[in-house]
Amino acid sequence: MNTLIYTSCLGLFCLFAEIFNLRKLLIPAVVIGITAIFGVNYMEWNQGGSFYNDMLRIDHFSVAFSSLALVIGLLIFVMTADYYKNEQQHISDYLAILIFTLCGALIMLSYANMAMLFLGIEILSISLYIMAGSKRFDTKSNEAGFKYFLMGAFASGFLLFGIALIYGVTNSFNLQKIGEYVMNHDALTISPLFYIGMMLMLVAMLFKVAAAPFHFWSPDVYEGSPALITAFMSTLVKIAAFGALYRLFANCFMGTLTYVESTLVIAAVASLAIGNFTALHQTNFKRLMAYSGISHAGYMLLGVISLYVGTASALFYYSAGYAFATIGAFAVAIPVFHAMQNEGIDAFNGLGKKSPLLAALLTMSMLSLAGIPPFAGFLGKYYIFSKAIQGGHVTLTLIAVIASMIGAYYYLKVVLAMYTKEGNDTEIEVSPLYVMVAVFCVAMSLVLGLFPDVLMNLI
Amino acid sequence: MITLFLLGFPLLASLLTLASGNKLASKLALVLSVVQLAITAYAYSIYKQQGAEAFYFFQEWISNPKISIHLGLDGLSLLMVALTNFLTPLIILSAFNRTIERAAGYFSLILLMQFALNGVFMAMDGMLYYIFWELALIPIYFIALRWGGPNRVPVTLKFFIYTLAGSLLMLFGFIMLYWYNPNQSFDIRDLYNASICACKQGWLFWTFFLAFAIKIPIVPFHTWQADTYKEAPTQGTMLLSGIMLKMGTYSLLRWLLPILPAGVAEWGPLAITLCVVGIVYASVIAIMQQDLKKLLAYSSVAHVGLISAGIFALNMQGFQGSVVQMLAHGVNVVGLFFCADIIFNRTNTLNIDSLGGIRNLAPKFNTLFMIVVLGSVALPLTNGFIGEFLLLFGVYEYNTWLSVFAGLTIILGAVYMLRMFQRTMLGNVSENITTFPDLMWNEKIVLGVIAAVIILLGVYPKPVFDIAEPALQLILDKSIVK
Repeated sequence: MNTLIYTSCLGLFCLFAEIFNLRKLLIPAVVIGITAIFGVNYMEWNQGGSFYNDMLRIDHFSVAFSSLALVIGLLIFVMTADYYKNEQQHISDYLAILIFTLCGALIMLSYANMAMLFLGIEILSISLYIMAGSKRFDTKSNEAGFKYFLMGAFASGFLLFGIALIYGVTNSFNLQKIGEYVMNHDALTISPLFYIGMMLMLVAMLFKVAAAPFHFWSPDVYEGSPALITAFMSTLVKIAAFGALYRLFANCFMGTLTYVESTLVIAAVASLAIGNFTALHQTNFKRLMAYSGISHAGYMLLGVISLYVGTASALFYYSAGYAFATIGAFAVAIPVFHAMQNEGIDAFNGLGKKSPLLAALLTMSMLSLAGIPPFAGFLGKYYIFSKAIQGGHVTLTLIAVIASMIGAYYYLKVVLAMYTKEGNDTEIEVSPLYVMVAVFCVAMSLVLGLFPDVLMNLI
Repeated sequence: MITLFLLGFPLLASLLTLASGNKLASKLALVLSVVQLAITAYAYSIYKQQGAEAFYFFQEWISNPKISIHLGLDGLSLLMVALTNFLTPLIILSAFNRTIERAAGYFSLILLMQFALNGVFMAMDGMLYYIFWELALIPIYFIALRWGGPNRVPVTLKFFIYTLAGSLLMLFGFIMLYWYNPNQSFDIRDLYNASICACKQGWLFWTFFLAFAIKIPIVPFHTWQADTYKEAPTQGTMLLSGIMLKMGTYSLLRWLLPILPAGVAEWGPLAITLCVVGIVYASVIAIMQQDLKKLLAYSSVAHVGLISAGIFALNMQGFQGSVVQMLAHGVNVVGLFFCADIIFNRTNTLNIDSLGGIRNLAPKFNTLFMIVVLGSVALPLTNGFIGEFLLLFGVYEYNTWLSVFAGLTIILGAVYMLRMFQRTMLGNVSENITTFPDLMWNEKIVLGVIAAVIILLGVYPKPVFDIAEPALQLILDKSIVK
């Protein structure tokens, strides 16, 4: 609860900083602020409960996921210091918008009311529409912002329509009340409108997590957006949306999960297949990460499908592993792209010689994404697979296992580019901030991979 | 304590070597690997006095699902660990007097590989074992990728994806085992006593068998192998053929037969047939090879095919033979690839046709090469003979016809090995060879030690049988469906 209030205040502070001309102080202040908010969030661990007439509900799930969101935010804000060093005049706007994105994510992770879900998604999305198009003189960035906005607006419409239908049937926006309604009625006597509403909401949520077949926006938007925003989108948005999806089903639609199970299975298989197979042909790193993100959405959907065996911890662990690996990869990729003026995989050519440290960090991030032990990506996959099998989805798990074999191929493509291809002589200058972030992420991948109990016993 | 030390020391050695810089790296790596060999010898003395219980190590690691750091060292594991730690210093020494770029990384990866291999052989918890199994793939992949031959990129990629595919199937199999066994854990004691329904063992067998068959490799899953051996740097090839293959055959004994006996009863006949087909097929291909390294690669497929056949024969002779032959093949194949490296180093070619008459120029090399070749064709009084004899005996007890075909390995093996030896070493000196300096000091030591072991193990293999016996008896009891 306090987490959300303080984060909003931090966003407002950024806007006012513009007026008082405090731009130089801004990034350190934000970094310290987010760290402090992380502490506040930590204190809320044992002080859960519902707030504002049950609009928000703080529980272990929301605190844990919020902490992850804050850490992602922190890592991104550390990188903004270098990323926006030539755009000082807009820095306060950018930071404020990014912090509001974080607010949206926090709401999505702790809502207890459909209205709050919609608000959270809108706050998150609208901020990101702006940030995706924030390279104003770049047509691709404009295209990305516009595409994201148009498609996102449709998805929001679906969501709202779904919420309205469910309200029509159950007379409530409150998750718990809807959940009770579902439990107290025989599934066959519930009006069909309820199921239509559920399906519409599901479509909107699948759009937000970029799962197939609602994934078409993500490669274009990821490619066009500034690289830092791509890193932010591919981690924070996906994790917040999965948190929201899990909350929705766990608190509200648990009783009717069987009716959408086949839809979820199809979405998972499609995500795994489309994500992995299309990624094989990508030459642009950001597009590669977009398709990799689609396939990871497929793995995480496995966690949602087998929700009735208690997959919250597994999903949380997977999210953390995915986030650290992805941010670690982008922390290396951003300075390299900047130096090479090229965002293809070939920008990494010869990096193994030019900068062994960066190459090693990117390699380890890629291995974690591919799910090779001892990195967190491996155990994350393991937990998800294990839960899916416990939930009785053996065939689906087998498909996911095959998908991860294919996945290893394109992650290795990046590694191969670094170590086996000759690059040109462009010097790569890297701000220590990026190295710091990458080292932190890789270290976290390793630590989580070796001591998973730190996260697994949380929720 | 000794268990942890034995496992952890190579990791420490790897980090030290990485930090020591390119000039010192090779020497430091050698010293540290010799220290590791000494630790292994110490472990053996403890084993002699106190038996396998002295090495029991158990530490909870992950509470849910239950994964523990359970390490152990019974006779079978001890022999495999000894093989690993015996070959690693030789492999490192074989890289002396060669120019190796970025040496710190190279030797550090070799030691990291040693760490992972020790882990595979010592892990007694399924998930821990799996983690080491996968970890072993990473250093060897980078060794082949960064220090390999001109065609290394596609070849190593195929190798990586192929073996990873098998490993992931095994991961799937392990997760299924976890849920199927009543105690829900990966601990080997629970898995051995799980008695899983025979109806499920049939397909579970394949998830494990495919992973091992790719690693070993058993025909038809061998296609990654010859090219990878050819493209990898010599030390990488030695690691792959000398030790990494044994991960597969060891795992058959440790993780497949005792856990899924009904699955083995159902599919074992097919598996053993594949092994025997592989022996003949690989031998025939080896006869036709012009490239020395590829010939050795296919001969290796034939040999490990026989080892696997002996394991699937499910009797004590087959098991004992497979263990002896794992050790013998590990030593011999490292020797053979080193001889190939010596030839390539001096003549710049591995094409058998353009070699010849090296004996006249390098008599010492000729003698040692001869001993290694004889060990490999299983001449009596060499280590190869003991293993192959027992293996064939085991297969004969299983099925006479299979043993007839498997027995071809002795004839065909003699054909391609001796023909190769004759065409490269004997006859007139080839025009392509101008000078062929005899062995340097490090080459003398490596080949000398290998030749000594070949003869020693051939004359007096009893210690190996004694060490392996109790562990193998336990596995055999579990593997046979009553």
